[in-house]
Amino acid sequence: MSTPNTSTARGGAGASALAGDAPFLIGEAMTGGYGKGPDILHACTIAVNPGEIAVIVGPNGAGKSTAMKAVFGMLDLREGHVRLDGEDITHLSPQERVRKGMGFVPQTSNIFTSMTVEENLEMGAFIRTNDIRETIEQVFDLFPILRDKRRQPAGELSGGQRQQVAVGRALMTKPKVLMLDEPTAGVSPIVMDELFDRIIEVSRTGLPILMVEQNARQALEIADKGYVLVQGANAFTGTGRDLLNDADVRKSFLGG
Amino acid sequence: MSTSLKTPLLFAVVAAMIIATGQMQSWNTALQILNFGLISAIMALGVNLQWGFAGLFNVGIMGFVALGGLATVIVSMPPTTEAWSAGGLRILLGLAMGAATIVAGILLWARLPRGRMRGLVVAAVLVLGFALFRMVFDGGVSAVEAVNPASTGYLGGLGLPILLAWPLGGVLAAGAAWIIGKTALGLRSDYLAIATLGIAEIIIAVMKNEDWLARGVKNVIGLPRPLPYEVDLQQDPGFAATATSLGLDPVTASTLYVKLGYSALFTVVLVVLLVLAQRALHSPWGRMMRAIRDNEVAAEAMGKDVTRRHLQIFILGSAVCGIAGAMMTTLDSQLTPGAYQPLRFTFLIWVMVIVGGSGNNLGSVLGGFLIWFLWVQVEPVGLWALELLTSGMAEDNALRMHLIDSAAHMRLLTMGVVLLLVLRFSPKGLLPEK
Amino acid sequence: MEFLNAFVALSNFVLIPAIAYGSQLALGALGVTLIYGILRFSNFAHGDTMAFGTMATVLITWWFQSMGVSFGPLPTALLALPFGIAVCAAFVLLTDRGIYRFYRRVKAKPIILVMASLGVMFIMNGLVRFIIGPDDQRFADGARFIVTAGEFKKMTGLSEGLALKSTQAITLVTAIVVVAALFWFLNKTRTGKSMRAYSDNEDLALLSGINPERVVMVTWLIVAGLATIAGVLYGLDKSFKPFTYFQLLLPIFASAIVGGLGNPLGAIAGGFVIAFSEVMVTYAWKKVAGYLLPEAWAPDGLVQLMSTDYKFAVSFAILLIVLLFKPTGLFKGKSV
Repeated sequence: MSTPNTSTARGGAGASALAGDAPFLIGEAMTGGYGKGPDILHACTIAVNPGEIAVIVGPNGAGKSTAMKAVFGMLDLREGHVRLDGEDITHLSPQERVRKGMGFVPQTSNIFTSMTVEENLEMGAFIRTNDIRETIEQVFDLFPILRDKRRQPAGELSGGQRQQVAVGRALMTKPKVLMLDEPTAGVSPIVMDELFDRIIEVSRTGLPILMVEQNARQALEIADKGYVLVQGANAFTGTGRDLLNDADVRKSFLGG
Repeated sequence: MSTSLKTPLLFAVVAAMIIATGQMQSWNTALQILNFGLISAIMALGVNLQWGFAGLFNVGIMGFVALGGLATVIVSMPPTTEAWSAGGLRILLGLAMGAATIVAGILLWARLPRGRMRGLVVAAVLVLGFALFRMVFDGGVSAVEAVNPASTGYLGGLGLPILLAWPLGGVLAAGAAWIIGKTALGLRSDYLAIATLGIAEIIIAVMKNEDWLARGVKNVIGLPRPLPYEVDLQQDPGFAATATSLGLDPVTASTLYVKLGYSALFTVVLVVLLVLAQRALHSPWGRMMRAIRDNEVAAEAMGKDVTRRHLQIFILGSAVCGIAGAMMTTLDSQLTPGAYQPLRFTFLIWVMVIVGGSGNNLGSVLGGFLIWFLWVQVEPVGLWALELLTSGMAEDNALRMHLIDSAAHMRLLTMGVVLLLVLRFSPKGLLPEK
Repeated sequence: MEFLNAFVALSNFVLIPAIAYGSQLALGALGVTLIYGILRFSNFAHGDTMAFGTMATVLITWWFQSMGVSFGPLPTALLALPFGIAVCAAFVLLTDRGIYRFYRRVKAKPIILVMASLGVMFIMNGLVRFIIGPDDQRFADGARFIVTAGEFKKMTGLSEGLALKSTQAITLVTAIVVVAALFWFLNKTRTGKSMRAYSDNEDLALLSGINPERVVMVTWLIVAGLATIAGVLYGLDKSFKPFTYFQLLLPIFASAIVGGLGNPLGAIAGGFVIAFSEVMVTYAWKKVAGYLLPEAWAPDGLVQLMSTDYKFAVSFAILLIVLLFKPTGLFKGKSV
C-alpha cells in the first residue's frame, strides 16, 4: 500500500497510530452487524480525545451510523473492543454506557415531543440524583433560544431548535463524551452552520465529540479528526483539513 | 412426530372421544356433540380466515352468528299477513327513509365544498331524516307489534325452505362486516377489535328489542326443519320396520335418524367450505394474504392495497360465521336472542382457533371439535370434582353450597387459562401452520 | 317560571346523571388510555378489572358493616376503597408478572397483547362470578339524598323537583380529587414525568436511564386505583353486577378513542362526550318540551330519540364517526 505524502493514513491499522497513546474513547477493530444479520462493520476503528471533534463520514450505506451505534453498544460486536477512559465497556448495554458517561443523540425521535423543553432536559438528567438546576442553566447559556421556549412543548419547535433540545438533553447527564448521529439531517444550510457553531462551542469546554455527518465537506472543516468509512471499514483517517486536501478522498468521495 | 401423521392421528383421537361418549353415555349425546362440533368447526374456519390468513382480530363473532340466526326467521317462518297489512309496508317505508337519509348524508358530505356550511347542511338533513323516519317507522312498529302479541306480533318471514337461510345468514353477516371493515380497517389493529366488540353488542340489542322483526326476547320457536319430524317418522310403518330390523326401538331410531341427517347436511357445508378455504390458502391470493400478514409494510411497498384485501377477507370470514349461525339456529329450531353470550359465541371460538392452530384450516376444524367436546364434558367433570373436594363438608355447609353453585363460572376461568397457556407456550397450536 | 321548571327537569334527568356517569366513564377511560400510552395495547380486561376491584371493595364493605364500622352519612364503601384498591393492584401486578411481561420481553405485536388481555378478562370475570356471584349487589349505605325532590319543591316553590343523590355528589367530588391528583402526579413528579416520557418516546426514555419495568409497575398501580374507584363509584350510583361492568368496556373504549388514545385529558373529555350523548339521546324530552313549548305544541309522544336499550349504540355510533373522520381523536392521541 503506497502512502501519499500527506499525513492521511489508510486502512484500519493507521487509525490507532494516529491517536497516539490510548485515546479517551475508542471502538477498536469493531466487527459486527444487527442481530444475526451479516457483518456490516469490518475491523472498523473509531476514536476521540478530549477537546476534539471526531467526524465519521462516508458514502451512503458505508456503515457510519452503525459504527457509532457499535461504539454506543446498540449492536453486538463479534470482534473488537470499546474502551472508555481505559475501561473496557464492550459488553455494557447502552443504558449502562450512559451511566458510565456517554451522551448519545439519536438521528431521529431524539426529543420527547409532547413534553416541554425544560421537561426534556429534566428527563435527560433522569439518572442524576443531585441538583440539576446548574446544568440546565449551562444548557440555556449554550442554547439561549431554549431559555425563551422552556415552557413550550418541544414538538412545536423548529427543526434546528429541536436539535438543540436533543443535544441539550444529552448534555444533562454531564457526559464525558458526546455522540451525535447526523445532527444536521433535514435542517436548512443556515441552521446547519449555526448548529456546527454550537457544537464547536460545546467542544471548547473540553468535551470530546464524536459525530456522524452526511454533509461531509462542512463537517470535515470543523473536525479535528475525520474517519472516512467505505463498506464498513476505515478507508481514510486523518485530520479534517488533511482529508479535505487529500486528492484520493476528494476524487472518490467529496466529488472532486 | 411428523405433521402429516399428526393431523389424522389427532382427528382420530377426537373421533374416538365422540364414539366413546356414544358408547358410555348415549348416542344421542354423541351426535349432539358431533353436530355442534361441526358448526363450531365452521365458525372456527371463518375466524381462522380472518386471524390465520390476515391477522385481523374479530371480537364480535357473536354478532355475525346472531345475524345468521335472524336470517332463519326471515327466510323460513310463514309471513304474518295480518301484521303486514297492519303496518308492514309502513315499517319498510320507514326503514327505506332511514337508509335514504344516511345515503343522502354521505352523498352531501362527499359533494358539498368543505367548510362550516357542509357540516350544518348534513346535520340538518340527518336530523330531519331521523324525525321523518321515526314518524313513519314508529306507527308501523306499534301496529305490527299489536297483532296477536302472544304468538306473533312480528312480520314473520318469507315462508321459504329454511336451507335458503344459510346463504342469507352469510349475506347479512357480510353486510355488517362491510360497515365495520370500512370504518375500522386501515387504522390500528386494536380499533377493529373494539369496533367488532361494539357491533356484536348492538346486533344483539336490536334482536332483543325490535319485536316486530323477530319477536325480540319473546323468541321465535318452532322454526321449520329441513328434515322430517321424529313423530312423523315413528308413525311411518316402513321406518318402524327398518328400525326394528336394526334392533332399535322406533323412538330412539327416529331421534338418531334426524340427528344423523343434520350431521350429513353440516358435513357437506363444512367440507365445501374447508375445500374452498384450502384452495384459497394455496392460491396466489392466499399467499398474498399471508405475505401481507407477515409484513404489512413490505406488502404495501410492493403496491398491494392492504386495506382492501383486509376488507375482503374480513367480509368472507364474517360471512362464514353467519352461515354457521344460521345452521345453528336451524338445529335448535328456535331463535332466542337472550341466549347469545359473548363467552359462548365469541371467546370460545377464539379458543378453538388458537388451540387448533391459527393459520391452519384443518387445525381450526380440529380445534372446533375438540374444544366443543371439552366445553360440553368439562362441566359435569368439574362439578364432580367439586363434589368430591367438598364431600367431607356437611350438606348445608355454606362454602360447599357456594362452590357447587358457582361451578358454572369455572368455565370462564378455564377458558381464560387455556387461552393464555396456549398463547404463551404453544402459540402455533396443535396443528401449526406449514 | 316555566323556563326554570324546564331547567330543573333538565338538570334532574339529564345534567346531573350525565355528569355523574361522565365522571365514572372518564375515570375508566383514563385507565384504558394510560395502559395504551405506556404498554401500547387496548386492555380488554379493563371492565373486569373494575369489576374485580369493586368486588374486593364490596366484600370489605360488608365485613366493615358486619363489625358495625360506619362512615357516618357517607357510604362505608369509601372506607373500604383503599383496601379494595390494594387487592386489585396486587392482582393486576400479578397478571403483569405472569402474562404481559413475557410479551413485552419478546416484543410481541400489540394485537397479541390484546389477545392476552382477553384471556385475563376471562379469568377475572370467572373469579368475580365465582366469588361474589353473577347477581346484582347493592352496597351503598349512609344518607341517600342530599336534596330530595320534595324538599327542593318546598324550598323553591317550583312544581318541578330536583333530587341530588349523595352518590352523585360523591362521584363528582371523588372524580375531581382523583383527576387533580393524577395530573399533579403526571406533570409535577419525577416518576410521573418519566411515565409521560416513556409513553412519548420509549427508546429515548430508555437512553435517558428510565427503568421501563418501574414505569410499567407504577402504571398498573395507578390503573388499578382508577379502575377500582371508577367501579365503586358506578356501583354506588347504580348497582354492582359483573356483566354490566363487562358491558361498560364499550363506552369506556369509545371515551378513550374519542378523546385520543393515550391522551389523559382527552379521556376525560371523551368520558363526558359519551355520557352526555348517551343520556341525552335516551332521555324522554316530553317533560322539558312540555314546559318550554306553548301548550298547543306539547308533544304527544315521549320525544325519546332512542330507547334506553340502545344506549350502547350511542357510544358505538360516536366511536364509528370518530374513527371515520378523526381516528386520532378530538385531542391528539398517539398516531394510528
